[in-house]
Amino acid sequence: MSEAVKLPTPVENGRKWAALRDVAIGAGVIFVIWLGLRILRDPEAFAGMGPLAGKLLQALLAIVLGIGGIWALFIVVNALVEDLPARVAVILRPWVFVLPALAVVGVYLVYPAIRTIIQSFTEVPEGGGVLSNYTDAFADPAVQIALRNNVIWLLVAPTAAVVIGLAFAALADRVKYESLAKTFVFVPLAISMVGASVIWGFVYAWRVPGQPQVGIINAVIQYFGGEPLAFLQEIPINTFAMIVIMIWLQVGFAMVILSAAIKGVPVELTEAARIDGASELQNFFKILIPSIRGSIITVFTTIAIAVLKVFDIVFVLTGGNLETEVIALRMFDAMFRFRNFGQATAMAVILFVAVIPIMVVNVRNLRKQGIGA
Amino acid sequence: MTARVERSSGVTGKGGWAVRISVLLIVVLWTIPSLGLLVSSLRPASEATSTGWWTAFFSPFSTQWTLDNYANVLGRGGMFDAFINSLIVTIPATVIPITLAAFAAYAFAWIKFRGRAFLFAVVVGLLVVPLQMSLVPLLRIYQSTEMTGTFLGIWLAHTGFGLPLAIYLLYNYISQLPKDIFESAYIDGATPFTAFTRLVLPLSFPALASFAIFQFLWVWNDLLVALVFLGTTSDVSVLTVQLASLAGTRGEAVHLLTAAGFVSMIVPVIVFLALQRFFVRGLLAGSVKG
Repeated sequence: MSEAVKLPTPVENGRKWAALRDVAIGAGVIFVIWLGLRILRDPEAFAGMGPLAGKLLQALLAIVLGIGGIWALFIVVNALVEDLPARVAVILRPWVFVLPALAVVGVYLVYPAIRTIIQSFTEVPEGGGVLSNYTDAFADPAVQIALRNNVIWLLVAPTAAVVIGLAFAALADRVKYESLAKTFVFVPLAISMVGASVIWGFVYAWRVPGQPQVGIINAVIQYFGGEPLAFLQEIPINTFAMIVIMIWLQVGFAMVILSAAIKGVPVELTEAARIDGASELQNFFKILIPSIRGSIITVFTTIAIAVLKVFDIVFVLTGGNLETEVIALRMFDAMFRFRNFGQATAMAVILFVAVIPIMVVNVRNLRKQGIGA
Repeated sequence: MTARVERSSGVTGKGGWAVRISVLLIVVLWTIPSLGLLVSSLRPASEATSTGWWTAFFSPFSTQWTLDNYANVLGRGGMFDAFINSLIVTIPATVIPITLAAFAAYAFAWIKFRGRAFLFAVVVGLLVVPLQMSLVPLLRIYQSTEMTGTFLGIWLAHTGFGLPLAIYLLYNYISQLPKDIFESAYIDGATPFTAFTRLVLPLSFPALASFAIFQFLWVWNDLLVALVFLGTTSDVSVLTVQLASLAGTRGEAVHLLTAAGFVSMIVPVIVFLALQRFFVRGLLAGSVKG
């Protein structure tokens, strides 16, 4: 924690009326926001002005309300605190700044997370024991497949992304059009997993053998006389086909971090090794990789966490059928398909427990690099 | 630019043809999938379903290029409304968490109060919690308060899920601002609030921008939170939700799917390319989103 600066003590001003005025303004602001939100929820409100104008006006109102509302509230509450007697203001002031954030975090993360843990033990099926959500889950073949698949995803995706990202960062470091080349690999990072799934759905497209193939991979396979493959239907290839999409998305991230790390390695280090007769490969494995170890761990753990929570790709491409189930999708299905909320909370807790060790490695590693809090 | 390349090349040495070809190969491999979608989206439905997109690429003049798919998908496909909905969701869901986080990070860094260190540790610790941990209880709260399917509901959900990372990143930046500027501002009679709006916000612009891009991309590209809290009814559903349901009806809607895919990607890709610099900064500052 940094040293706090000594704050000025506001003069006692006896502005009682000012404080009351602030309260009145605050009530007005809240009323206006409430009114705006009511209008926003009313499906009839924009119906009269044609589809385009109505939609755009709705967007404008929503954006002004959302952003203006939050700022108006901050300004009014702050004015109120400043108009209170000095000794009260000093105590209240920091809370004006932190309380909104803490309240949202409390309602959206702390309370639900605790609730989820409790419910996973209490909201059990008729006659089940405390652990029955978990025992049921582990006994369910679909969940077993999901767990197995999450392990496969976890083993393959982060490793592949790091290896390809590192190789590309090191290679691109040595060509003239480095930043242009990197942009091409980087762009998928901006694409949603849904979008990526759509893109790759076409790459993997399959037609009956002998017909013209519209998917590029099967076209190549057929061109060389091979048998076209239904990548997204064939077990277990379908899971790996989806892992490839994740790798395609994440290599850009790996590359950016590792490329910056490579450029941070002192030139003297590799230069000296080269003079001592080290080959390029020796240089790469014995000097470069150990020097950027911290960054490699950061990339690996960050991608690993994203991979554990993978949902969109499987949801879009197979819906979890054909043995492609993953935990996050299983949880979603427990909520919306099976209406089994107890089971869903157990899935969330399993995910949480799986994320913790990876996060510990990540944070410890960041601390070591001096980036931690 | 040249200076940087020369300096950096020192680390791994200059590349020969083999290196150049490998780089080109990866670039081509990484680009082909998106290129395929783009080309397909510009071909008539009948052609796109009967021949590979590359055939159009090899005979660009005999191919019938068309924008019909885009016209269809924006007109009847409901993608236009979804596009506006995505904007309605994403812009406040980016600005609200940044505002809350900047205020909080400022107080955590520069104002002394009881429980400061503890509360900050709790917020950072929440980075570990996957948002899945919140879904079931929140959905119940939302259902009983009729918050499902409202924009306010999803703004707040994205705000809650984004805040720990936002506070963490902004704290790292704001706590490094020089102490003197606050002291002289207070001497000049500034309140903490004016010091915040006049000094902290402008000085923290790089950090604010990099988090803004994170959050913008994250919210725009999110499917799970939108499905759970906003749902699939067309008056509120966002692009990812529409695209996912279109993908589920593969077959009859293939030609629409290509155009819809591009419509959903255009904004994040432009934002991303335009503001790459800040995004990379943010990544390097340590991204650990829960």
